[in-house]
Amino acid sequence: MSLLNLNWFKYAAPQRFYGLAGSLIPWFVVSGVILTIIGLVIGLGIAPTDHQQGDSYRIIFIHVPAAWMSMLIYLVMAFWAAIGLIFNARLASMLALSLAPTGAIMTFIALWTGAVWGKPTWGTWWVWDARLTSELVLLFLYFGFLSLHASIEDVRKADRSAALLAIVGVINVPIIYFSVKWWNTLHQGASVSLTKAPTMATQMLSGMLIMVFAFWMYSIAVALYRCRNLILERERHTDWVQEVL
Amino acid sequence: MFYWSSFSDFLHMGGYALFVWGSYLVTILAVVIEIALLRSRNKALRKTLISEIRESQKN
Repeated sequence: MSLLNLNWFKYAAPQRFYGLAGSLIPWFVVSGVILTIIGLVIGLGIAPTDHQQGDSYRIIFIHVPAAWMSMLIYLVMAFWAAIGLIFNARLASMLALSLAPTGAIMTFIALWTGAVWGKPTWGTWWVWDARLTSELVLLFLYFGFLSLHASIEDVRKADRSAALLAIVGVINVPIIYFSVKWWNTLHQGASVSLTKAPTMATQMLSGMLIMVFAFWMYSIAVALYRCRNLILERERHTDWVQEVL
Repeated sequence: MFYWSSFSDFLHMGGYALFVWGSYLVTILAVVIEIALLRSRNKALRKTLISEIRESQKN
C-alpha cells in the first residue's frame, strides 16, 4: 500500500509526469499501430460478410471503438476534472483538459461513421432517436467543456468551472449507453455486452475488440502528448521547464 | 485465409465501397489532423518558450 501511495504522489508532480509521459508515449504509439494493422487485416480482410447488412457492416470496426471511446473518455475526463476540483490538483485538471479534444474527435467519428452506416442500413443519414441524439449531446458537452475553459483567462478558475460542467454532464453517459434499452430506437441494441454471449461471428468480434484496444492506445498516446504540451505551457516559468527545453 | 477473391473485390466492398471507405477516410483524416495539430502546437510552444528564456537572460 505504501509503495502504491508513494508512486501516486510522485507522479502527481507535473515535472515527474512530464518525463513519465514522454517515455510511455512511444509504447502506446507502437502498440496502437500494431493493433490497428492486425484489427484492420481481420476486419477488412478476413472476417466474412454479414448476411443482413452485406459489407456495409465493416464500418463497425471503427464505429463501435470510437463510440465506446467517446463515452469512456468522457468518464475519465470527468473523473480527473473532479479530482482536480476537489483536491486542487493541477495535473489532474491538465489531464482532463488533455482528454477533451480527443473525446470530441471520437464522438465526431462515432457520429460520422454512424450516419454513413445508417444510410445503406436504415435508408437515412440521421434520425432524432434517443441513441443518436444523446451522442450528439455528448459532442456538445465536449465543445462546452473546451469553450468554457477557453473563455476564462485564469487557468485554475477555468479548470474549476469546466470541471463542474464535466461532472454535471456525466449523467448523459448512462443515457447514451442504455438509450437502446430504455427507448424504442432505430439504432440496434448492443452487439456485445458483459452479461450476454456476443451475437457476432468470432472473426468479426475479435477484429472489433482489437480495434477497441487500438483506439485506446491512440487516445492515451495523444492525450499524454497534449498533456505534455499543457505542462510546458503552464510551468513555463519554472526552472525545470527551462532546463528541458 | 482472406475473404476476398481479388483486390478489386476488396475495393468494391460488395457495393458499399463509398460508405465503407468514406468512413475509414474521414477517420484517418481526423487522426492525421489531430496529430499534426498537436505536433505543430508543440513546435510553436517550444519556439516561444525558448525565445522567452533568451529575452529574460538578456535583461
